[in-house]
Amino acid sequence: MKCFLRLAGGLAVLGVVALLAFIYVPVKRTAPSEELAAGWQPEPGQGEYVMHASDCVACHTAPGGEPLAGGRAIASPMGTIWSTNITPDPETGIGGWTLDEFRASLVDGIAADGTHLYPAMPYENYRLMTEADIRALYGYMMNEVEPVRNEVETTSLAFPFNLRFGIRAWNWLALGHASGPSAEIAGTPEARGRYLVEGAGHCAACHSPRTPFMSQDGVTAADGNFLAGGVIDGWNAPALHGDGSALKDWSVAELAAYLATGRNAHSAANGEMGLVVEHSLQHLSDADNLAMAAFLKGLDGDAGGIPETLAANSGSLPEAPADAAGEATAAMLTEAQPGMPEGARLYLDNCSGCHFVTGKGAPEIFPELAGNSLVTGSETGPLLSVILNGADVPPTGKRPMHLVMQGYAERLDDGEIAELASFLRSAWGNDAPAVSAADVAAVRGAAATH
Amino acid sequence: MPDFKYPNQIDELKYGVRLKMMQKPSQQTVTVRRSGDETALPYRSLGSFLPGNGVGGAGTHWNGLNWRPQPEELRLRSHVAENWGEGIIPEGMNLGDYPVSYDELEPHFTHFEKVAGISGKAGNLNGEIQEGGNPFEGWRSEDYPMPQQKRTWDSQKFHDACTAAGYHPFQAPAGIASTAYVNPYGMQMGPCNYCGFCERYGCYQYSKSSPQTAILDALKRMPNFECRTESEVLRVELAEDGRTATGVTYWDEAAQEEVFQPADIVILSSYQLNNVHLMLLSGLGEAYDPLTGQGTLGKSYAYQMNGGVTMFFEDEHFNPFVGHGANGVCIDDFSVNQNDFGALGFIGGSYWRSGTFNGQPIRNMPLPKGTPSWGAGWKDGIGKWYGHAMSIGSHGSHMAYENNHLDLDPTYTDRHGRPLMRMTFNWQDNDLRMNQYMKSMMEPLAASMNPDLMQSGFKGPGAQYDVRPYQTTHNTGGHIMSETAAEGAVNRYCQTWKAHNVFAMGAGNFVQNTQYNPTGLVGGLAYWTVNAIRTQYLSNPRPLV
Repeated sequence: MKCFLRLAGGLAVLGVVALLAFIYVPVKRTAPSEELAAGWQPEPGQGEYVMHASDCVACHTAPGGEPLAGGRAIASPMGTIWSTNITPDPETGIGGWTLDEFRASLVDGIAADGTHLYPAMPYENYRLMTEADIRALYGYMMNEVEPVRNEVETTSLAFPFNLRFGIRAWNWLALGHASGPSAEIAGTPEARGRYLVEGAGHCAACHSPRTPFMSQDGVTAADGNFLAGGVIDGWNAPALHGDGSALKDWSVAELAAYLATGRNAHSAANGEMGLVVEHSLQHLSDADNLAMAAFLKGLDGDAGGIPETLAANSGSLPEAPADAAGEATAAMLTEAQPGMPEGARLYLDNCSGCHFVTGKGAPEIFPELAGNSLVTGSETGPLLSVILNGADVPPTGKRPMHLVMQGYAERLDDGEIAELASFLRSAWGNDAPAVSAADVAAVRGAAATH
Repeated sequence: MPDFKYPNQIDELKYGVRLKMMQKPSQQTVTVRRSGDETALPYRSLGSFLPGNGVGGAGTHWNGLNWRPQPEELRLRSHVAENWGEGIIPEGMNLGDYPVSYDELEPHFTHFEKVAGISGKAGNLNGEIQEGGNPFEGWRSEDYPMPQQKRTWDSQKFHDACTAAGYHPFQAPAGIASTAYVNPYGMQMGPCNYCGFCERYGCYQYSKSSPQTAILDALKRMPNFECRTESEVLRVELAEDGRTATGVTYWDEAAQEEVFQPADIVILSSYQLNNVHLMLLSGLGEAYDPLTGQGTLGKSYAYQMNGGVTMFFEDEHFNPFVGHGANGVCIDDFSVNQNDFGALGFIGGSYWRSGTFNGQPIRNMPLPKGTPSWGAGWKDGIGKWYGHAMSIGSHGSHMAYENNHLDLDPTYTDRHGRPLMRMTFNWQDNDLRMNQYMKSMMEPLAASMNPDLMQSGFKGPGAQYDVRPYQTTHNTGGHIMSETAAEGAVNRYCQTWKAHNVFAMGAGNFVQNTQYNPTGLVGGLAYWTVNAIRTQYLSNPRPLV
């Protein structure tokens, strides 16, 4: 008994020591993934370009606020995380940070003062950036961004998530991969595309599923579940390869056009992806958007040839006819018999003018509903929100038009929208479960509180 | 900036009847008289023409018919002189040549058609006549940027009747998208769904050529672009020597005060009536006096001479609710370059068109003459004839005349205390004869289609201008282009003769009106002018002629 107590006491002391060490022993920052030559300097504009590729603006800018000055609320399952000021203001921003401290925030998730960043910051992905890009980004942030004095709201999550040392344990799970690119980054467009998708682009942060511990299940192309589809903030971030790939029927050129302009022959970017296009992808070169598209399409095998340009001002773009899966629905809508289901009738009265009886829409302006991942997703909130509140596609350099779809909240009640949405989820070969009026009411109510 | 939401936007009572998108006469109007010996009275209730209001203006609420003029129409005086001699020109007609040629404008017509997104089929591609297009059009360097629109049943019947008669039918050139479309600025259109709500409405479908679909969002991305809404320019301010403008003074509706906006270049791009009004108020030229022929501002105001035949078929179903503003099959067999003016006894011509362009129930319910206009008889008539009528329209040229003109009204003022503009306008024999000729040719064609009933509406000899029924919003002239400063208000680059940094856009530049809807020529002249500003004026600001 005495022996047992001694053992238990010893273990308790050891546990406390371990916990204290866990909390107080300084973390180690990862060394640069490569040694750059003495006197290395980034190319002019390289740092700003990396900033765009990394989409820093989307999170680190408050609505209506100064770029990069922080203060945007980011909803997480643990509570609201407030993005920080990353302008070089010495007191409220990162003006006092050294290169090593800056690098650690990108590759280790550790701030200059040693605290752990919440993984809303995608350091699992930024970890794969080259030392040259990190240095270029640091130089841009410190020397080219105007310092903005902006004290942002402090993130204060509820217990136990307010104990940031816990993230240290989480990082053991999440940061198993080495820092630096996962593969050769030059030589082919696909290699460049892989580097951008895995690293700065941090596509896996949304498009890879999460492990039970909420770390990314698939960080590099070598991982089985890489970009196999995830859920973020109630939105499906669809799979980008494999059987359920949202890109199945897209060409490399069409995918690249979507990235650069937020729209293509099939679909339109809204919600989170709209922000990515608006703040990041539209600012990248055609070559890089094509490279990312080629890499992503290549995940399912040969991507075919890579075009030289994307999103030409192409003039007339005829709409596609119904495909085999959609023919029966198209025929039913064309006949327009009075006895047709209510959802189909509502579609004819409200939607078919733009999206057509074929469900194919019209290239670059009216998205396809047949096979559309937003229509058929496991998360029905976005589809119902689009019907209720409308949607928009941000203006981009090559496609400056701010495309707006109107909402139907005033015109259709919850039951009608449920019928309509259930029709969309089962028409033209779509095969997703029905939604209920209660589902619609929940989304309508959420919009009302915003 | 407006957003055009379905179904709110297709509210016929609000927009079609109560004219929500048009200027309110309390805000801005003209006074009208038919001759110098009448006293002009304010146009207090919009009827004959509908000036648009707000961002986009007429470019937003139009029907979408986009035509180029025929080359002969731009050198009409020479065309007459060469073929019949100047002796056939009636007394009092200001027949002129435009100081710019079709060939010079051709690249700009083509560019405008791409920007605006026009659907159609070429009839004359670099001089080669194309099957199915308009063989009488001027040459074009490229086909239309979108394929031609589909045909409704009435236009198909008209097409077949024209073919049988030996005429040359073709699909109307439409500023209504036949497919999805991306223009040279990356701006976009969506394919039309034939809802039939074009004229008087904004298009909720992104299908109509308009500033909203063609250019505004692209402009918003320019760092040096700013759009101030609720701002009405009151006058252009001239430098002391009167040879340049210093800027404009506008009324800020929100602040309820006048604001001076300095400018290096002033481009007057409001509606024709307003442009002429601003120029008269600002002294951008000498006001035209019909008694002496002196002065140029307000000279050669012109309009459009239209007519038509309506046919009723008990056994045909035309589904008038299917259509769009520029729907229809046309013929140019009676157009300006086909007519023998000497033999026919008039100068001018028209194009004919048949196609449903709206099935809106309040304003478009054609009934046989003699049907009661209310009560049980009216209801019976609607029951019998709704959906069974089709029509052919004649859209004709209108010449400029010494006594049709615009000047400042001596009596009436607007809410800013500025004199209203006065319109002196009446129909003239030459154009009425043209119209009667169209009647004489159209009625046999209509009869060949074997309707159960048919009725004509063509103004004839002695017709007087009536400002109450809607006719057309194709008001032209008033600041016409000219070879010399003595003849017009602007030179061949639409630059005012008075102040070289003031340019005027729009149909006010028209020397006389063409037989077509004016937009194609307005757009071509705009890009022609912009090209001159960019390539000639900016590097060395000066009078370009």
